[in-house]
Amino acid sequence: MRPLSPRHATLAAAMALGLTAVTACGGSGASDDGTLEIWSLEDEVLNPLLQETIDAYNEENSGDDDVQLELVTFQNDPYKERLQVAMGSPEHPDVFFNWGGGNLAQYVEAGQVYDMSDHMDANPEFRDAFIPSVMDVVVIDDATYGVPMLGTQPVSFFYNAAVFDAAGAEPPETFDELLDLVEVFEAEDVTPVALPGAAPWTLLMWVSYLVDRIGGPEVYQAISDGEDGAWEDPAVVETMETVQELVDVGMFGTNYTAVDWDGGQATTLVAEGQAAMILMGPWFTQDAEANAPEFFESGDLGWFPFPELEDGAGDPANVVGPPSNYFSIHAEASDPDAALEWLTEYMASDSYVDGLIGSGAVPTVTGIDDKLAETDDGEFPTWLYERTMEAPTFTPAWDQDLDPGVAESMLTNFSLVFEQEMSPEEFAESMEATS
Amino acid sequence: MAPALLFFGIFGIGPVLGVFGLSFTDWRGLGDPVWTGLDNWRALPQDQAVTGGLRLSLILTALCWATQTPMALIFGVWAAGRQRFRAVVGAVYFMPLLLSGAAIALLWGALLDPNFGLAADIGPFVGVPDGNFLGDRNLALYVIVAVILWQWMPFHMLLYQAAARQIPRSLYEAAMIDGAGRAQMFFRITVPQLKHTIVASSVLIVVGAMTFFETVFLITGGGPGTATRILPLHMYIQAFRAFEMGYASAIAVVLVVLGFGLALVTIWVSGYSRMTSQREGAS
Repeated sequence: MRPLSPRHATLAAAMALGLTAVTACGGSGASDDGTLEIWSLEDEVLNPLLQETIDAYNEENSGDDDVQLELVTFQNDPYKERLQVAMGSPEHPDVFFNWGGGNLAQYVEAGQVYDMSDHMDANPEFRDAFIPSVMDVVVIDDATYGVPMLGTQPVSFFYNAAVFDAAGAEPPETFDELLDLVEVFEAEDVTPVALPGAAPWTLLMWVSYLVDRIGGPEVYQAISDGEDGAWEDPAVVETMETVQELVDVGMFGTNYTAVDWDGGQATTLVAEGQAAMILMGPWFTQDAEANAPEFFESGDLGWFPFPELEDGAGDPANVVGPPSNYFSIHAEASDPDAALEWLTEYMASDSYVDGLIGSGAVPTVTGIDDKLAETDDGEFPTWLYERTMEAPTFTPAWDQDLDPGVAESMLTNFSLVFEQEMSPEEFAESMEATS
Repeated sequence: MAPALLFFGIFGIGPVLGVFGLSFTDWRGLGDPVWTGLDNWRALPQDQAVTGGLRLSLILTALCWATQTPMALIFGVWAAGRQRFRAVVGAVYFMPLLLSGAAIALLWGALLDPNFGLAADIGPFVGVPDGNFLGDRNLALYVIVAVILWQWMPFHMLLYQAAARQIPRSLYEAAMIDGAGRAQMFFRITVPQLKHTIVASSVLIVVGAMTFFETVFLITGGGPGTATRILPLHMYIQAFRAFEMGYASAIAVVLVVLGFGLALVTIWVSGYSRMTSQREGAS
């Protein structure tokens, strides 16, 4: 167990992976030249808001001894890889966008993340400005490592009301009612649920909700905590049996394995009435606005929570999905105090929160019910916010919460289970062996 | 010679050695690699995704070679003819060469969409009523082979066309006097004369298919399930999704050895070592 020296390791890695040393566009990495680099994703809606807070901070702190903040953005897909390689190198960011959970925990374990606990203890009003269940995701071993900076994204059902009306159907309140809808829509030649099965993370939404409804949130909590036998919980096996049954009865149609999410195919299926429903995060509404504006404007876009399982242990008010995204500070940031100051001053500020609401997001700060209700198209954000606030538990997205290696095997195994190439028992055994 | 060797050393051999070293470590791309000896290498044969990926890679390689070589040879020889319209048809045929691999994959991905693509219209006529070519684990790999064929055949066709034009006409004239038919000329003159080209093209196909990545990555992502998860794709997923860099390095070494070995076998089988000229008048 002999660790190689970091310098050689980085060099070897850079050579091995054919990567040049990671240098941020227009920046010079974490340097002592008086700038603090904030890494985030390319986002046409969010970045102007962030830039506004950065400009305001820079203006207020323009003395000779003050650092200046700088926003560096990356495309979504390569970002995780860039971050992974950069974190341990001298070119690391000072503040970085992340998903909380297991993704952040591995950086914490490597000693690369700044512990904000003292700052939070000194500023309780800042900590309490956020919804507690959303903050829990960045609390690792009782220490706080991040600040929520985007909207909350619990998963729910969306449906095409015109299709429901034509079939004389109502949004299901129980799982049995959902199952009964299969025959109703098949009679209309409509796929009951659009499932972009070509993207395995969409399968996770079904699995994580079913596990919660069947066995309660404790089942996943045990998996997340790495307890022995957690994957072999009867609720996990029953969930896998249930998804196979859903595929069998035709809940997702016959060609769901070739349906993709990124090109808007699944959204179009619902918008055009070829499918009646979809289980998706709130980004579905933004996708519908972009890919099917007529449907989005028509008023036919409805939503309902994941139904209740009559004999299940889970509370139907529980939600599942990405609680939020977060900003964390690198342990070796050039000026962590400046980063904390900026986060504290702006991430829960009225102007930033209003900006998020204006972009259609549902911020994770408390007490904004009235603000949400006043906006145009405020009906869905208000509903989502209430569900989030009232949810007894908010289970984070498993694939972001678990160790990346385990998450990868899990997503692959999901697609094998849905395809009937792996039995529910084999799934449980395989995951237990991996974890 | 020296500069070329230097460059090859730095950019060719160096990274391979680096990967070889990393394959004995546990490294997440973060912090320091931890020396784990042969752990990764012991895990490889037990990993169904690796053995399955290897099998798929070899099947893909064989299918690519078996489809591309005969077609490229026949079309290349045909396009080597002097008639004007052949040049036009040839030029149209080379279109895929102008597109990037990513663009081709996205194009075919859109065409093969089961609900909105051409697959939805054509599927019912070829026994796939729901247009599910990419989502059917028995079809997906063949679809990939077809796309690769469409993408790369023109390139190999170009090789054969150029080589076929080099064959001395006197050989054909002599054969005509002796009363040989077209088929006989093709098999007795053209194919033997193109032997070196066939070898070169085959090496390119074999090594290319072994390390094939972007088409599969962009069209199916390895799915449905693991039906098209070829070994290079599995390596990528292990490295950049699961962040198991050490393990991914071990897979990379397997790929390097395999590609190199296959190239050597191809050359050996074709008797490349007997570097005798086949040209008239040359020594």
